[in-house]
Amino acid sequence: MRLYESVLIARQDITTAQVETMADEFAEIITSAGGSIRKREYWGLRALAYRIKKNRKGHYVMFNLETGPEALKEYERIMGLNEDILRFLNIRIEEVEEGPSIMMQVKTERPTRGGRDDRDSGDQNPGKAESNDSVAAEKSED
Amino acid sequence: MTQLEIKREALRKPFNRRRKACPFSGPNAPKIDYKDTKLLARYTSERGKIVPSRISAVSAKKQRELATAIKRSRFLALMPYVIA
Repeated sequence: MRLYESVLIARQDITTAQVETMADEFAEIITSAGGSIRKREYWGLRALAYRIKKNRKGHYVMFNLETGPEALKEYERIMGLNEDILRFLNIRIEEVEEGPSIMMQVKTERPTRGGRDDRDSGDQNPGKAESNDSVAAEKSED
Repeated sequence: MTQLEIKREALRKPFNRRRKACPFSGPNAPKIDYKDTKLLARYTSERGKIVPSRISAVSAKKQRELATAIKRSRFLALMPYVIA
């Protein structure tokens, strides 16, 4: 048994309920082959960065799976045949992340966070900060 | 203020800038994840190209990791391949 992370993008024209039932079907392939779904997330209808098959938006669903390679191959084959699936990416991972992924956090935390957090961690030039401090110090002396 | 800055620059040897540390090494460094587009966007140019490590000061090992993360993110249309 191996751990995998699977993200799939569904067509924009189908409803959320349809996406859920489709995701259930895919999950069924894994569970019926003896695997398990460790985590399941629905990221919502997101804007795509570029058009895929004339779609500008897509429903994103993510799974964290524990399964063997044969079941995954079948899972990929079925997804490839499904016309409502625009794209999917399955990668092997070492461990399942604790709690919801970044995609889910962004949605809930954005209003409180704002853009400040980015800037703080982005400024990692110690030399620059130092010079700013000393300049400020000199200024106050004046 | 400008005078002070000039003095400081003169004290420091020209072209002897301090080597910046890799932003993904050391404690509480962010984890490189293809889903974290906000983080990855900092290491791409305005046109969406991956910034070379000699500019971003990312270590070679982390740059490889970063490049695959950006490419995965592009494949899933979370990030653009090109911004025209």
